[in-house]
Amino acid sequence: MSKTKILIIGRHPEILQTVVRLVNNNPEWECLGVQTDDEAIVAFSAQPFDLVLLGGGIEKQSEEHLCCLFRAHNPNIIIIQHYGGGSGLLTAEIYEGLRGTTLGRPL
Amino acid sequence: MAQTILHKAETRGHANHGWLNSYHSFSFASYYNPERMHFGALRVLNDDTVDAGKGFGTHPHDNMEIISIPLEGDLEHKDSMNNVAVIKNGDIQAMSAGTGIYHSEYNKDREHRVKFLQIWVFPNKKNVEPRYDQITLNTEDRHNKLQQILSPNADDEGVWIHQDAWFHLGQFDKGVSSDYQFKLKGNGVYVFVLNGDIKVNDQLLHNRDGYGIWDTDSFKITAETDAEFLLMEVPMNF
Repeated sequence: MSKTKILIIGRHPEILQTVVRLVNNNPEWECLGVQTDDEAIVAFSAQPFDLVLLGGGIEKQSEEHLCCLFRAHNPNIIIIQHYGGGSGLLTAEIYEGLRGTTLGRPL
Repeated sequence: MAQTILHKAETRGHANHGWLNSYHSFSFASYYNPERMHFGALRVLNDDTVDAGKGFGTHPHDNMEIISIPLEGDLEHKDSMNNVAVIKNGDIQAMSAGTGIYHSEYNKDREHRVKFLQIWVFPNKKNVEPRYDQITLNTEDRHNKLQQILSPNADDEGVWIHQDAWFHLGQFDKGVSSDYQFKLKGNGVYVFVLNGDIKVNDQLLHNRDGYGIWDTDSFKITAETDAEFLLMEVPMNF
Protein backbone atom coordinates (compact mmCIF):
# COMPACT_ATOMS: atom_id res chain seq x y z
CA MET A 1 0.00 0.00 0.00
CA SER A 2 1.45 3.39 -0.97
CA LYS A 3 2.29 5.90 1.70
CA THR A 4 0.45 9.16 2.18
CA LYS A 5 2.73 11.91 0.89
CA ILE A 6 2.88 15.00 3.04
CA LEU A 7 4.57 18.35 2.42
CA ILE A 8 5.40 20.25 5.58
CA ILE A 9 6.18 23.97 5.54
CA GLY A 10 7.61 25.60 8.66
CA ARG A 11 9.85 28.58 9.33
CA HIS A 12 11.56 27.33 12.48
CA PRO A 13 14.27 24.91 11.30
CA GLU A 14 14.55 22.79 14.45
CA ILE A 15 10.80 22.51 14.89
CA LEU A 16 10.47 21.63 11.21
CA GLN A 17 13.07 18.91 11.67
CA THR A 18 11.14 17.52 14.65
CA VAL A 19 7.84 17.49 12.77
CA VAL A 20 9.43 15.76 9.76
CA ARG A 21 10.92 13.11 12.02
CA LEU A 22 7.62 12.49 13.81
CA VAL A 23 5.68 12.20 10.57
CA ASN A 24 8.23 9.86 8.97
CA ASN A 25 8.09 7.67 12.10
CA ASN A 26 4.60 6.66 11.00
CA PRO A 27 4.96 3.82 8.48
CA GLU A 28 1.84 5.02 6.64
CA TRP A 29 3.30 8.47 5.93
CA GLU A 30 6.20 9.97 4.04
CA CYS A 31 7.00 13.66 4.20
CA LEU A 32 9.23 16.39 2.92
CA GLY A 33 9.91 19.48 5.00
CA VAL A 34 10.68 22.92 3.56
CA GLN A 35 11.21 26.33 5.11
CA THR A 36 10.64 28.91 2.39
CA ASP A 37 7.79 29.67 0.04
CA ASP A 38 10.01 29.13 -3.00
CA GLU A 39 11.08 25.70 -1.74
CA ALA A 40 7.45 24.83 -1.10
CA ILE A 41 6.37 25.83 -4.59
CA VAL A 42 9.20 23.90 -6.25
CA ALA A 43 8.51 20.81 -4.13
CA PHE A 44 4.77 20.92 -4.75
CA SER A 45 5.30 21.14 -8.50
CA ALA A 46 7.86 18.35 -8.57
CA GLN A 47 5.82 15.53 -7.04
CA PRO A 48 2.23 14.72 -6.08
CA PHE A 49 1.38 15.31 -2.43
CA ASP A 50 -1.75 14.17 -0.64
CA LEU A 51 -1.61 16.70 2.16
CA VAL A 52 0.14 19.96 3.01
CA LEU A 53 0.84 20.77 6.66
CA LEU A 54 1.39 24.41 7.52
CA GLY A 55 3.65 24.85 10.54
CA GLY A 56 4.23 27.86 12.73
CA GLY A 57 5.70 31.20 11.73
CA ILE A 58 4.22 31.34 8.23
CA GLU A 59 3.04 34.85 7.50
CA LYS A 60 -0.61 35.27 6.61
CA GLN A 61 0.20 36.63 3.17
CA SER A 62 2.48 33.67 2.43
CA GLU A 63 -0.12 31.25 3.68
CA GLU A 64 -2.81 32.70 1.43
CA HIS A 65 -0.47 32.80 -1.59
CA LEU A 66 0.71 29.23 -1.12
CA CYS A 67 -2.80 27.85 -0.55
CA CYS A 68 -4.00 29.60 -3.71
CA LEU A 69 -1.11 28.18 -5.76
CA PHE A 70 -1.48 24.68 -4.37
CA ARG A 71 -5.23 24.57 -5.00
CA ALA A 72 -4.78 25.88 -8.54
CA HIS A 73 -2.34 23.05 -9.16
CA ASN A 74 -4.42 20.43 -7.36
CA PRO A 75 -7.97 21.35 -6.31
CA ASN A 76 -8.17 18.21 -4.18
CA ILE A 77 -5.11 18.93 -2.08
CA ILE A 78 -5.73 18.80 1.67
CA ILE A 79 -4.17 21.73 3.51
CA ILE A 80 -4.15 21.77 7.29
CA GLN A 81 -2.64 23.90 9.99
CA HIS A 82 -0.30 22.24 12.43
CA TYR A 83 -0.47 23.58 15.96
CA GLY A 84 1.96 22.96 18.73
CA GLY A 85 5.25 22.63 16.91
CA GLY A 86 6.06 18.96 16.66
CA SER A 87 3.58 18.17 19.33
CA GLY A 88 1.12 15.56 20.43
CA LEU A 89 -1.45 17.15 18.12
CA LEU A 90 0.27 16.10 14.91
CA THR A 91 -1.13 12.60 14.46
CA ALA A 92 -4.73 13.64 15.07
CA GLU A 93 -4.37 16.66 12.76
CA ILE A 94 -3.20 14.48 9.88
CA TYR A 95 -5.83 11.79 10.45
CA GLU A 96 -8.52 14.47 10.65
CA GLY A 97 -7.23 16.05 7.46
CA LEU A 98 -7.30 12.72 5.65
CA ARG A 99 -10.90 12.27 6.84
CA GLY A 100 -11.76 15.59 5.28
CA THR A 101 -12.25 17.44 8.52
CA THR A 102 -10.31 19.70 10.84
CA LEU A 103 -11.27 19.64 14.50
CA GLY A 104 -14.38 17.72 13.51
CA ARG A 105 -15.44 20.38 10.99
CA PRO A 106 -15.41 19.84 7.20
CA LEU A 107 -12.38 21.37 5.52
CA MET B 1 -31.27 26.01 26.01
CA ALA B 2 -27.93 24.83 27.36
CA GLN B 3 -26.06 22.21 25.39
CA THR B 4 -23.92 19.74 27.25
CA ILE B 5 -21.50 16.90 26.74
CA LEU B 6 -20.32 14.41 29.33
CA HIS B 7 -16.91 12.76 29.26
CA LYS B 8 -16.68 10.12 31.97
CA ALA B 9 -13.22 9.72 33.46
CA GLU B 10 -12.85 6.15 32.24
CA THR B 11 -13.52 7.14 28.63
CA ARG B 12 -10.34 9.19 28.39
CA GLY B 13 -7.41 8.06 26.30
CA HIS B 14 -4.67 6.44 28.32
CA ALA B 15 -0.96 6.01 27.74
CA ASN B 16 1.35 4.41 30.28
CA HIS B 17 4.99 4.83 29.30
CA GLY B 18 6.31 3.59 32.64
CA TRP B 19 7.78 6.89 33.84
CA LEU B 20 4.73 8.76 32.54
CA ASN B 21 1.16 7.75 33.08
CA SER B 22 -1.12 10.03 31.13
CA TYR B 23 -4.86 10.34 30.67
CA HIS B 24 -6.01 12.36 27.68
CA SER B 25 -9.42 14.02 27.65
CA PHE B 26 -8.90 14.87 23.96
CA SER B 27 -6.93 13.26 21.13
CA PHE B 28 -3.22 13.51 21.83
CA ALA B 29 -0.09 11.69 20.66
CA SER B 30 -1.14 8.17 19.71
CA TYR B 31 -4.65 8.56 21.19
CA TYR B 32 -6.88 9.53 18.31
CA ASN B 33 -10.65 9.67 18.70
CA PRO B 34 -12.52 11.79 16.12
CA GLU B 35 -15.28 12.30 18.70
CA ARG B 36 -12.83 13.74 21.20
CA MET B 37 -10.85 16.39 19.36
CA HIS B 38 -11.53 19.50 21.41
CA PHE B 39 -14.06 21.52 23.37
CA GLY B 40 -14.15 24.88 21.64
CA ALA B 41 -10.68 26.39 21.88
CA LEU B 42 -9.72 23.87 24.59
CA ARG B 43 -7.64 21.35 22.65
CA VAL B 44 -5.67 19.37 25.23
CA LEU B 45 -6.41 18.31 28.81
CA ASN B 46 -3.79 15.83 29.94
CA ASP B 47 -3.80 14.39 33.46
CA ASP B 48 -0.18 13.37 33.92
CA THR B 49 1.74 11.49 36.58
CA VAL B 50 5.53 11.51 36.26
CA ASP B 51 7.82 9.26 38.29
CA ALA B 52 10.47 10.61 40.63
CA GLY B 53 13.49 11.95 38.78
CA LYS B 54 11.87 11.64 35.36
CA GLY B 55 10.38 14.06 32.90
CA PHE B 56 9.93 15.37 29.38
CA GLY B 57 13.22 16.18 27.68
CA THR B 58 13.62 19.37 25.68
CA HIS B 59 10.95 19.55 23.03
CA PRO B 60 9.38 22.24 20.86
CA HIS B 61 6.05 24.00 20.80
CA ASP B 62 4.56 26.76 18.74
CA ASN B 63 1.20 28.52 18.44
CA MET B 64 -0.47 27.11 21.52
CA GLU B 65 -1.24 28.53 24.94
CA ILE B 66 0.07 25.93 27.36
CA ILE B 67 -1.05 25.92 30.98
CA SER B 68 0.51 23.72 33.65
CA ILE B 69 -1.10 23.14 37.05
CA PRO B 70 0.72 20.81 39.48
CA LEU B 71 -1.72 18.89 41.69
CA GLU B 72 0.86 16.97 43.70
CA GLY B 73 4.61 17.61 43.79
CA ASP B 74 6.61 20.14 41.80
CA LEU B 75 7.70 20.43 38.18
CA GLU B 76 10.93 22.03 37.00
CA HIS B 77 10.58 23.99 33.80
CA LYS B 78 13.43 25.18 31.56
CA ASP B 79 12.93 26.89 28.23
CA SER B 80 14.75 28.39 25.28
CA MET B 81 14.04 31.90 26.58
CA ASN B 82 16.45 30.99 29.42
CA ASN B 83 13.65 30.76 31.95
CA VAL B 84 14.24 28.23 34.73
CA ALA B 85 11.45 27.83 37.21
CA VAL B 86 9.94 25.34 39.58
CA ILE B 87 6.19 25.14 39.21
CA LYS B 88 5.13 24.14 42.69
CA ASN B 89 1.97 22.50 43.85
CA GLY B 90 -0.25 25.56 44.29
CA ASP B 91 1.20 27.42 41.29
CA ILE B 92 -0.09 27.90 37.79
CA GLN B 93 2.12 28.55 34.74
CA ALA B 94 0.97 29.82 31.35
CA MET B 95 3.27 29.69 28.35
CA SER B 96 2.48 31.31 24.99
CA ALA B 97 4.50 29.25 22.51
CA GLY B 98 3.89 31.71 19.66
CA THR B 99 6.60 31.67 17.00
CA GLY B 100 8.31 28.76 18.69
CA ILE B 101 9.89 27.74 21.95
CA TYR B 102 11.73 24.76 23.37
CA HIS B 103 11.20 23.60 26.91
CA SER B 104 11.64 20.67 29.28
CA GLU B 105 9.57 19.63 32.27
CA TYR B 106 11.09 17.46 34.97
CA ASN B 107 10.20 15.99 38.31
CA LYS B 108 13.38 16.77 40.21
CA ASP B 109 12.19 15.05 43.37
CA ARG B 110 14.10 11.76 43.77
CA GLU B 111 11.42 10.09 45.86
CA HIS B 112 7.98 11.36 45.00
CA ARG B 113 5.92 11.48 41.85
CA VAL B 114 4.45 14.64 40.44
CA LYS B 115 0.88 14.86 39.24
CA PHE B 116 -0.14 17.75 37.06
CA LEU B 117 -2.59 18.96 34.49
CA GLN B 118 -1.32 20.17 31.18
CA ILE B 119 -3.90 22.17 29.30
CA TRP B 120 -3.56 23.57 25.77
CA VAL B 121 -5.77 26.29 24.36
CA PHE B 122 -5.75 27.57 20.79
CA PRO B 123 -4.56 31.18 20.76
CA ASN B 124 -6.59 34.02 19.30
CA LYS B 125 -3.47 35.36 17.65
CA LYS B 126 -0.86 33.32 15.83
CA ASN B 127 2.90 33.80 15.84
CA VAL B 128 3.09 35.96 18.95
CA GLU B 129 6.34 36.58 20.78
CA PRO B 130 6.85 33.59 23.11
CA ARG B 131 6.39 34.38 26.80
CA TYR B 132 5.50 32.77 30.07
CA ASP B 133 3.82 33.77 33.28
CA GLN B 134 3.73 31.94 36.61
CA ILE B 135 2.08 32.76 39.91
CA THR B 136 1.44 31.12 43.28
CA LEU B 137 -2.24 30.80 44.14
CA ASN B 138 -3.70 31.32 47.59
CA THR B 139 -5.78 28.20 48.32
CA GLU B 140 -8.00 30.12 50.70
CA ASP B 141 -9.26 32.16 47.76
CA ARG B 142 -11.02 29.07 46.38
CA HIS B 143 -12.45 27.68 49.60
CA ASN B 144 -16.20 27.71 49.05
CA LYS B 145 -15.85 30.24 46.25
CA LEU B 146 -14.58 30.43 42.67
CA GLN B 147 -10.99 31.60 42.31
CA GLN B 148 -10.03 33.06 38.95
CA ILE B 149 -6.64 31.65 37.97
CA LEU B 150 -6.45 32.66 34.30
CA SER B 151 -7.92 35.32 32.02
CA PRO B 152 -7.13 37.21 28.80
CA ASN B 153 -6.02 40.24 30.76
CA ALA B 154 -2.60 40.83 32.25
CA ASP B 155 -4.19 43.21 34.77
CA ASP B 156 -6.77 40.72 36.01
CA GLU B 157 -6.55 37.95 38.62
CA GLY B 158 -4.42 34.96 37.75
CA VAL B 159 -2.12 34.41 34.78
CA TRP B 160 -3.05 35.56 31.27
CA ILE B 161 -3.07 34.00 27.82
CA HIS B 162 -3.73 35.02 24.23
CA GLN B 163 -7.36 33.85 24.17
CA ASP B 164 -10.75 34.94 25.51
CA ALA B 165 -10.57 32.27 28.20
CA TRP B 166 -11.14 32.31 31.93
CA PHE B 167 -10.21 29.48 34.30
CA HIS B 168 -11.45 29.10 37.87
CA LEU B 169 -10.66 26.67 40.66
CA GLY B 170 -13.10 25.77 43.41
CA GLN B 171 -12.60 23.82 46.62
CA PHE B 172 -16.07 23.40 48.12
CA ASP B 173 -17.21 21.77 51.34
CA LYS B 174 -20.07 19.32 51.01
CA GLY B 175 -23.34 21.10 50.37
CA VAL B 176 -21.84 24.39 49.18
CA SER B 177 -23.08 25.72 45.87
CA SER B 178 -22.30 28.62 43.60
CA ASP B 179 -23.51 30.03 40.32
CA TYR B 180 -21.05 30.51 37.49
CA GLN B 181 -21.77 33.42 35.15
CA PHE B 182 -20.19 33.22 31.71
CA LYS B 183 -17.77 36.04 30.98
CA LEU B 184 -18.33 36.19 27.24
CA LYS B 185 -21.28 35.32 25.02
CA GLY B 186 -20.37 32.46 22.71
CA ASN B 187 -18.10 30.79 25.24
CA GLY B 188 -18.54 27.36 26.76
CA VAL B 189 -17.21 25.96 30.02
CA TYR B 190 -15.49 22.62 30.43
CA VAL B 191 -15.78 21.41 34.02
CA PHE B 192 -13.12 18.98 35.25
CA VAL B 193 -13.50 17.33 38.64
CA LEU B 194 -10.24 17.09 40.56
CA ASN B 195 -11.61 15.42 43.69
CA GLY B 196 -14.96 14.36 45.05
CA ASP B 197 -18.42 14.64 43.52
CA ILE B 198 -20.20 17.71 42.25
CA LYS B 199 -23.38 18.52 40.41
CA VAL B 200 -23.48 20.93 37.50
CA ASN B 201 -27.15 21.84 37.41
CA ASP B 202 -28.63 18.30 37.62
CA GLN B 203 -25.62 16.43 36.23
CA LEU B 204 -23.69 14.44 38.81
CA LEU B 205 -19.96 14.28 38.18
CA HIS B 206 -17.30 12.18 39.86
CA ASN B 207 -13.54 12.35 40.18
CA ARG B 208 -11.84 13.20 36.83
CA ASP B 209 -15.13 13.41 34.89
CA GLY B 210 -15.30 16.18 32.31
CA TYR B 211 -18.46 18.06 31.38
CA GLY B 212 -18.89 20.71 28.73
CA ILE B 213 -21.74 23.23 28.86
CA TRP B 214 -22.50 25.99 26.37
CA ASP B 215 -25.34 28.03 24.82
CA THR B 216 -26.24 29.35 28.24
CA ASP B 217 -25.40 32.31 30.46
CA SER B 218 -24.82 30.52 33.73
CA PHE B 219 -24.97 27.24 35.59
CA LYS B 220 -25.04 26.06 39.19
CA ILE B 221 -22.32 23.99 40.85
CA THR B 222 -23.06 22.07 44.03
CA ALA B 223 -20.57 20.00 46.00
CA GLU B 224 -22.15 16.61 46.76
CA THR B 225 -19.08 15.74 48.81
CA ASP B 226 -16.07 17.85 49.73
CA ALA B 227 -14.84 18.53 46.24
CA GLU B 228 -12.33 20.33 44.05
CA PHE B 229 -12.90 21.25 40.46
CA LEU B 230 -11.55 23.31 37.57
CA LEU B 231 -13.74 25.41 35.29
CA MET B 232 -12.32 26.32 31.88
CA GLU B 233 -14.33 28.89 29.94
CA VAL B 234 -13.24 29.11 26.29
CA PRO B 235 -14.65 30.34 22.97
CA MET B 236 -16.73 27.68 21.25
CA ASN B 237 -15.97 29.17 17.83
CA PHE B 238 -12.46 30.34 17.04
